[in-house]
Amino acid sequence: MDLIEPFLDFSFLRRALAGSIALALSAPPLGVFLVQRRLSLIGDALGHAILPGVGLGVALFGLSVVAMTAGGLIAGLAVMLAAGLLARGGPLREDASLAGFYLVALALGVAIVSWGPAQLDLLDLLFGSVLSVDDAALLLMAGTATLTLLSLAAMWRPLLIETFDAGFLRAQGGQGALWHLWFLALVVLNLVAAFQALGTLMAVGLMMLPALAARFLSPHLAGQVIASVGIAVLTVLGGLILSVQADVAAGPAIVLAAGALWLALLLAGPEASLLARSLRRPHLAR
Amino acid sequence: MTPPPLVLDNVTVAYARHPAVHHLSGRFAPGSMTAVVGPNGAGKTSLLRALVGEVRLDQGRIDRGGLPAHAMGYLPQAAALDRSFPLACAEVAAMGLWAAAGPFRALSRPERARLDDALAAVGLRGFASRPLATLSAGQFQRLLFARLLLQDAPVLLLDEPFTAVDSRTTADLIRVLRRWHGEGRTIIAVLHDLDLVRAEFPEALLLAREPIAWGRTAEALTPENLFRARLMAEAWDEAAEPCRYDHAAARRAA
Repeated sequence: MDLIEPFLDFSFLRRALAGSIALALSAPPLGVFLVQRRLSLIGDALGHAILPGVGLGVALFGLSVVAMTAGGLIAGLAVMLAAGLLARGGPLREDASLAGFYLVALALGVAIVSWGPAQLDLLDLLFGSVLSVDDAALLLMAGTATLTLLSLAAMWRPLLIETFDAGFLRAQGGQGALWHLWFLALVVLNLVAAFQALGTLMAVGLMMLPALAARFLSPHLAGQVIASVGIAVLTVLGGLILSVQADVAAGPAIVLAAGALWLALLLAGPEASLLARSLRRPHLAR
Repeated sequence: MTPPPLVLDNVTVAYARHPAVHHLSGRFAPGSMTAVVGPNGAGKTSLLRALVGEVRLDQGRIDRGGLPAHAMGYLPQAAALDRSFPLACAEVAAMGLWAAAGPFRALSRPERARLDDALAAVGLRGFASRPLATLSAGQFQRLLFARLLLQDAPVLLLDEPFTAVDSRTTADLIRVLRRWHGEGRTIIAVLHDLDLVRAEFPEALLLAREPIAWGRTAEALTPENLFRARLMAEAWDEAAEPCRYDHAAARRAA
């Protein structure tokens, strides 16, 4: 009972739990696609890129969800678009341009936060604080999850084809860039929605770690997407309980829980884990 | 199914100003089956990419007779695809139905039947739910042919489709090519195996950046022509001057 009691006593914990579960439904499926697109590190880059927008939003309009969200979204989308467009025309590939942009964005963000009003705590921005999840933030998280899941359902086929064989979709006149950009916009939206509870850096963990862990549960993309959601929901529950019991910030607690599950599945998951590969079952006759 | 003729008029494709395909004019007749032959670096892949509109022409034009570029079936060279991608064979083959089904619609019952037929036609019966990662290189190429079958394209462009494929797989896939040829589709394939070309392809285009010969295979692939093609310098000449080829004059002379 001790585990559940704090959630009954404190409404901010219940809001954090509900919001995190909402994002656990939507962020990991994006992570599964990012892994297949060899863009596992792009979440990190976009997470950093959000920072100057959030900092500027607070500096100009005060500490409100709307200001921070709008600022973060604009900054994240701008960096994503700029990197994507530059990659099309220039000699550097998308990940290289993105690396350049996010380093500048991170520095700019830290500069803005340190120069701006004292009410903004850089640590809270980077690692989150469940105390800051008010009703507006909760609505943002739930809305993001809804939009993401509906979008994924609608663009499943083109996104899948574009991920597997972008040249084929282009040759078929399938508007590959459109799906790619919409997908990346969803990634930005999920990171922005998550950062109040988890922080810009830790939000990436909820997206990527369950996606990585899901690889050891299913050989099929659809199976991995479903598995990643299950892992993420467990992770959020375990992480928030750990956070309350051990008095650790929620973001790191959730990411550590996800990391523990990932390592466990890496070692002993049913698909292609170290254990599954080391078990020498007799080979078949045909 | 009568595809329009593909007419090339003075086509030049250049990379960093150096021509890869140089002043190529000619015509792929409807329903023709042409092998594009030539040494490495002769512009064979560039020609196919120009035909599907993937590279910009430096000069000249290609008349597809109103056929949109995306209506052509194109199998790139040893497609640089991730063969460990977590998909089943049927899902990959079904991508060929994109033009018919679009981004959202579910596959109809006849389309599912066509999917099964296509897998059977390339010798992958029973592979529908096999993960991609379990396929050999030859089986993967068969799967790409199944996807191409489902595209139902009037014009098919194949870039070295039989590289790294054993003789039995080649024979099976050749059967698919013959079927397409019989259905009146235009086939253009880049190939290196001259015996195969002589046996299966009525027409050949011998390319060494410049066209060396284009016509009936026996007349195009003569020893003299092949020797001339081999003389093509592969290296870039850093000191090359701007090309002074006069298309109008060449046309008057012809």
